[in-house]
Formats: sequence, C-alpha cells, structure tokens
Amino acid sequence: MSNEDKNTGTSRRAFLRGGLIAGGAALAGGGAVAQTGPGNPENLPPNVPDWSRYLGDGVAVREYGKPSQYESHVIRRDVEWLTASRESSVSFTPLHELDGPITPNGLCFERHHGGIAEVDPGDYRLILHGLVDKPLVFTLDDIKRMPRVNRAHFCECAANSGMEWRGAQLNGCQFTHGMIHSVMYTGVPLRVLLEEAGLKPNAKWLLMEGADAAGMTRSLPIEKALDDVLVAYRMNGEMLRPENGYPVRIVVPGWEANMWVKWVRRIEVGDEPWYHREETSKYTDLLEDGRARKFTFIMDAKSVITNPSPQAPLNYKRGFTVLSGLAWSGRGKIKEVHVTLDGGRNWRQARLDGPVWDKALTRFYFEFDWDGSPLLLQSRAVDETGYVQPTKDELRAVRGVNSIYHNNGIQTWHVMASGEVENVEIS
Amino acid sequence: MSRSVELFGAGLLAAALVLGAGMTGGQAQNAATPPATGSVGALPTNLGLGREATPEEIAGWAISVRPDGQGLPEGRGTVLEGEDVYVAQCAVCHGDFGESAGRWPMLAGGDGTLASHDPVKTVGSYWPYASTLIDYIYRAMPYGNAQSLSPDELYAVTAYVLYLNDVITDEDFELNSENFASIRLDNEDAFYPDDREVAEAHFWKQEPCMSDCAGNPAEIRNRARALDVTPEAGQAPRVE
Repeated sequence: MSNEDKNTGTSRRAFLRGGLIAGGAALAGGGAVAQTGPGNPENLPPNVPDWSRYLGDGVAVREYGKPSQYESHVIRRDVEWLTASRESSVSFTPLHELDGPITPNGLCFERHHGGIAEVDPGDYRLILHGLVDKPLVFTLDDIKRMPRVNRAHFCECAANSGMEWRGAQLNGCQFTHGMIHSVMYTGVPLRVLLEEAGLKPNAKWLLMEGADAAGMTRSLPIEKALDDVLVAYRMNGEMLRPENGYPVRIVVPGWEANMWVKWVRRIEVGDEPWYHREETSKYTDLLEDGRARKFTFIMDAKSVITNPSPQAPLNYKRGFTVLSGLAWSGRGKIKEVHVTLDGGRNWRQARLDGPVWDKALTRFYFEFDWDGSPLLLQSRAVDETGYVQPTKDELRAVRGVNSIYHNNGIQTWHVMASGEVENVEIS
Repeated sequence: MSRSVELFGAGLLAAALVLGAGMTGGQAQNAATPPATGSVGALPTNLGLGREATPEEIAGWAISVRPDGQGLPEGRGTVLEGEDVYVAQCAVCHGDFGESAGRWPMLAGGDGTLASHDPVKTVGSYWPYASTLIDYIYRAMPYGNAQSLSPDELYAVTAYVLYLNDVITDEDFELNSENFASIRLDNEDAFYPDDREVAEAHFWKQEPCMSDCAGNPAEIRNRARALDVTPEAGQAPRVE
C-alpha cells in the first residue's frame, strides 16, 4: 500500500488503531467558555457594580495567588481513556488560552511514567559517577551555590501531534499541539558539574536517571552535555513545580522532552549509550520498511495557530481579526513565520513579537480584516538554519504514518462562516 | 594554595567575557539573548562543591544495565521459576502470555508486523536488546513497587518474558549474569542513527513558495469531526 493510499484510506478503524487518539466532540466541548455576552445589566453603565462599592479581600488573604475565578476553565486536560493509568500518562497545555512566549508554571503539560515524585529537598542527592576522576554527590544547597544562568527554552514531547499521523483527529490545539511548554529556567550548566568531577578521556555518553518510581533514564551524548544542557531548579523564577521535576531536572535545549529527566538523582558517565527502554522500545521512529531511526533527539521546526482554533472559535461574523500562534525550532531561533488563509496557495509574513530566543517558543501575529468567508488557516515556521516546516504529506512521503514521534507537519484549521473552527487536512 | 588563585582568576576571566559581550553591538541589543550556538560560555570552575561519593552510595543507586552486560547484578533464574513471579506480579496487567490485559503494554507477539499498517511493537518484535528488558523490569516494575525484585526473581522473570517471545525455548533454561550478554534479539539490526539531515535535506529550502503555490483551490479531504465518537471502554487503542 502506498503512502497516498494510507493517507486517504480513512476508515474509522484505521484511525482508531493509530495509537493515541481521542473523541473530538467531547474534547472540543471541554474547551472554550464564552467570556463575553450581553452581561448583567446591574453591573453595566450607568449602574455601579458591587466590586466598585464594597471592599474586597485584603493583602495576604491570597498568600499564593491564583488566576481569577472566571478563568477556571484554563486548565491542563488529559484524555482519561488514552492511557491505562494517570500515573503513566500525559496532560496537555491549553495553548489556545495563552499568549506571549512564556507558559505559566501551573499550565505546563505533564508527562509522568510513575507519577509525581514528592522529593524532600533536604533529602535530595545527585550522584555523578562513572568515567570521572572523582565521583561526587551533591546536595540541593551545593547546586544552588554554583554559578547559574537563565535561559528560556521550549520543552516538547516527541509525541506531540503524534495522534495526527494518519489524518486529522483531535479538535483542539491543546490536544494536537499541547505537549509543549516554554519557561525561563534558572540552573547550572551541566558542564560545571562534569568539570567538578573531571571527565576521563573516554567519556562519550551520559546516563541521566530520575528519582521517580519509573527510574526514568535516557542516554545523552557528551557533546550536547558540554554545550548547553542545564541542571535546572527554577522555572519562571520560582522553584520547579513537583510535576515538572522538583527540586532538580535536566534541561536539554531543542531536544525531545523525554530526555529532560525530572527529579534527576544520578548521572553516570560512560563510553557507550545504555539503550534503555525510553530510547529503544519508545522514542524510536518506525518507518515504512519496518526499520526504525534511533537517537532522533532534535525537535524539527514547527508552528501552530493557537487562535483561532477549534477550542477558540471566532465569536463574530466578520471584521478586524488578530491571528496568533507559536513557532519553535530545536536547531536555533525562529527566523520567519508564514501564514496562509487559503490553504497554502498564498502566504504572508507573520509578525514576530516579543523576544526571539534560541530554542524557545516565539509568538507570532497576523492581523487581517475577515470578510466572513470560510478560511483554511495554516502557519509555516522557518528557522535560522533555513529549515522550512514541511506539510504533513511531505513528512509522510519520507516517514510513512507509523512513526508516532516527531510529527512537525503544517496544521490546517478550517474557519467556517459561523466562526466555528475545525481540524482538517486538505489537498 | 592554588585553588583560591585559580578561582579568582576564572572569575576575572568570566567577568571580562561578560563585559566584552555587552560591548559588542549585536549582543547589547538584548542581554537575555544567549550566543547563537546556545553555548553556555565561560563560568568559574573548580568550585570545591559536593563531596566524594562512597562506593556504597553508588552501588545502592547504580542499577543501569547496558547491552554488553555492564551493570548486571549477580543472580540466576529459570523460565519455570520466572513463570511463578510473572503470574503473581505481572499477569494482571500484561496478560498470562504477554498479550496485555486491557490497555497495558503487550509484551509478546507482533512478529512480522513492523512494516505493516498495524505495527505491534513488543519485546520480541521490536526491542533491540535483552538488556533493556532486565534493566527496565528492575528499575520500574512491578508497576507501583519498583526495585523490589530480588536478583534471582529478576533473572527468572526476564527469562520468562524472553520465553513468551520464543527467544528462549527451553523452559528449564537458566538465565544468569554469566550467559545474559549472549542473548540476542532479532530486531537489533533494524535500528539506525538519525539521518534526517540527509534523508530530509529537501526540507531546507532556499525560497519557499509564497504565492500561487498550487493550481487548484485547496479542498478539505479529512475532518477530525468525522471521528467525533468517543470509543467505548475496551475499544481504546493500546498505550504507546
């Protein structure tokens, strides 16, 4: 069967066997809550609402601030039946409810393999051993005393968009693209720790191991470890959240999130990779001929329009419209983002706004006057190496549809005249 | 002593580099922008932080096993002994014969399916190394009670899973730290290193098309809403 046959042979069963999928109706229903409407006349001019008349909460009543009660729909969501247990599962970032280049800590997607390890910082230890001059054990205080840097980087699961290899499946960018977040990390370059222990000349690979109940491990080439990998303990200024690896995680800029070992407890230096579960049975990319790529670490350039999108429809029929989205590349900075309203026949430059950091989420906008006719929206990222985000068909032509991981193909949203938005594929 | 001198010297060097970077035009624009390579740059070293790890501390945590056998614990176990462990600790999720109960991972089967439309990836059909199995069982299984198996139980249950996959065919076979590295899996040679920058070199385009990029208007060929039916319990796909 050719690629073409597979892509268009859209039996429902074929989709359901595709790995991770979900029922779109239920998902889209769990998304947007209308924020605007006719309103309560008692709160509208010329009347004076209660909040303008009576005292509200004083200071320190809300000791650790939370979002407004009216934003309670802005949450991570999972797909309950997608996995066998929530302790080994994923929740998705609500990208369609966010703006700017930084993800709020409490909304960063989660992926655990043995649940959240609740590590007591006083009992935290990181052992560094193997092909080193002197094996060391560090406390959290040791790590916090080291020279540190601040870097914003995206963290994307290699399986992000993995449910879409065989065709459009999920109505919502939270579910098609929400296994990503981008925060400002504070941490110590891993190189500082390695130099503290002293590397043997035959040191070629590291094994990074988590303290969770899955003992999550990945092998990391020494070149990357000495380049830009961080031993991070803060995100957006505060200590890491437990679900993101408190108190210490590994940050591997531009590379698949599975390597960003959380709750890291041990780093072993060796001369070969370990070929553990997460780099053999998982996170290898099965191709059409039954062979598989291994060590596909880099996340290719990718983008998605977050607004409008299926969970964030247009609630008007025509007029001035701001299209907004995110772009990123594991190879460096985003150079350009192109946007089309007609399904890729004509493209225009989007406007990058805010900081354009290396290997981080970059926000883009495209403003236009919507005439109320249906649209086929797409965005296309170009990174500083000249890599141009491919269409899904271009990807399938090389990789087939079985690889699960590294789907960075161009996403299409169909905006209907009603303002509703749906996930489609086009030809 | 030389340590303080070195530390002071390194600190001066780092400060000089930071100042130098700040004075170049490109970098001054946005101080938060790291160098183009993403490299960290010079920082003080030889900090004297951390203490030497003892052999006992390392031995307690260093549980990783490699394909060449490095890291294997001392121990032994037969297929038949492993069946008892498996039935008691594993079958509830993985099924009596590794076929999976519910949505937990299949451990056996799937031979010859990798190039098909419905690939089934199991220890026997897909995994490249038996060492991955013994490493993973000890570090993460049984689910919710990790690192609880004795070395002999570990070898036995690993032997049983290999037996379910026809890698070991004699139920009296004893797997041990001596013969483990000789076990080979069929799919080892099917993996090759990431070749995207060669096989997908055409994704680096000099001038991507910006206007009149296709002859016909775009047509919708597939809608997510066509699948807007939540599968019933038990019909859900396998966990990847």
